[in-house]
Amino acid sequence: MAGSIRIRATLTGDVAEVKALMRHPMETGQRKDSAGNKIPAHFITEVKATSGDKTVLQAHWGAAVSQNPFLSFRIKGAKAGDTVKVQWLDNKGQTGAGEATVK
Amino acid sequence: MSAKSGFVPLLRTLSVCSLLFAVAAEAQDDPFAEYREMMGDDNPAIFVIEEGAELWTKPQGPKQASLEQCDLGLGAGVVKGAYAQLPRYFDDTRQVMDLEGRLIHCMVSLQGRDRSDILRKPYSGTGDMGTELEALASYVADQSMGMPIATPQDHPAEKATYAMGKELFFYRAGPYDFSCATCHRQDEKRIRLQNLPNLTAHANAGEAYSSWPAYRISQGLVRTMGWRMQNCAKQQRLPQLLPGSEAVISLITYMSVNGSGTEMAAPGLKR
Repeated sequence: MAGSIRIRATLTGDVAEVKALMRHPMETGQRKDSAGNKIPAHFITEVKATSGDKTVLQAHWGAAVSQNPFLSFRIKGAKAGDTVKVQWLDNKGQTGAGEATVK
Repeated sequence: MSAKSGFVPLLRTLSVCSLLFAVAAEAQDDPFAEYREMMGDDNPAIFVIEEGAELWTKPQGPKQASLEQCDLGLGAGVVKGAYAQLPRYFDDTRQVMDLEGRLIHCMVSLQGRDRSDILRKPYSGTGDMGTELEALASYVADQSMGMPIATPQDHPAEKATYAMGKELFFYRAGPYDFSCATCHRQDEKRIRLQNLPNLTAHANAGEAYSSWPAYRISQGLVRTMGWRMQNCAKQQRLPQLLPGSEAVISLITYMSVNGSGTEMAAPGLKR
């Protein structure tokens, strides 16, 4: 399931509210497991949202973001039927993506 | 005159203050309600439910069988609504079982797996991304979303289980001389920020029961009803409660029967 993003985009007027829920452990690298071994850092470093060809949001994330992050943002000038795509890249080079149609 | 003009702004200031105070008090009361509102219908448990649905149909164990023929009380393979009618008496095992106990029974009987293997790590620890039992429980519970809790009390064994659950609920033991009732039989009590439900009362018991399994924001995991019971016993410094054990099933039955009729809302979203 790693790598999946659940996205919803709802339109109010010309503003689309996008809600994205990402499946990711977001390990800080500071924690130890029950056996006392350090759990290696594993977190999302970059998030990018695009609508059509246009990048609407770009963010650098770090270890302070929670597990299974929830991201909500608004796109001005959106139309019904637009596609919104959200992608992430983590410190291990893994990627995840998901897309939704604005409704 | 001058006294009057000074009085009105003062009144205004007071009312604004009390309004601010009311808002702050409300947020303080339940910051998790605010969090839930922000999340809307999104609950990270959805990923765990999906995993559970996959595990349900995945052939596993020495017999390479899936759990699709597992009887959760409404007939072999019927998942819809099953969780709302558990724990219940099962003819094949001749005992009252809860969801987790029944799932483990199905893994053993249908898939030929080793019970002690499953019990070695039923619930996630620090740094884990969930266990099979947690995923399956989430999937099955989600299939009863919106249905009223209808734990049966027809069979004598079901009634006896409820009676035992009640006895255990009030049974004081351990180094702290604690029982479940120590924290959970009075209204409007809390521990730190957490409200403590009065599990002897219908409304509180129903609200609590219907929200488990739940995604715990602070842990990034779905926790099950069995885990809740195990963790409560741990906090009371009592011996470890095993999933599917008689003690756990009795306590769960006591809670679900007390909350009968409340609509299921699991997997919930908690702190």
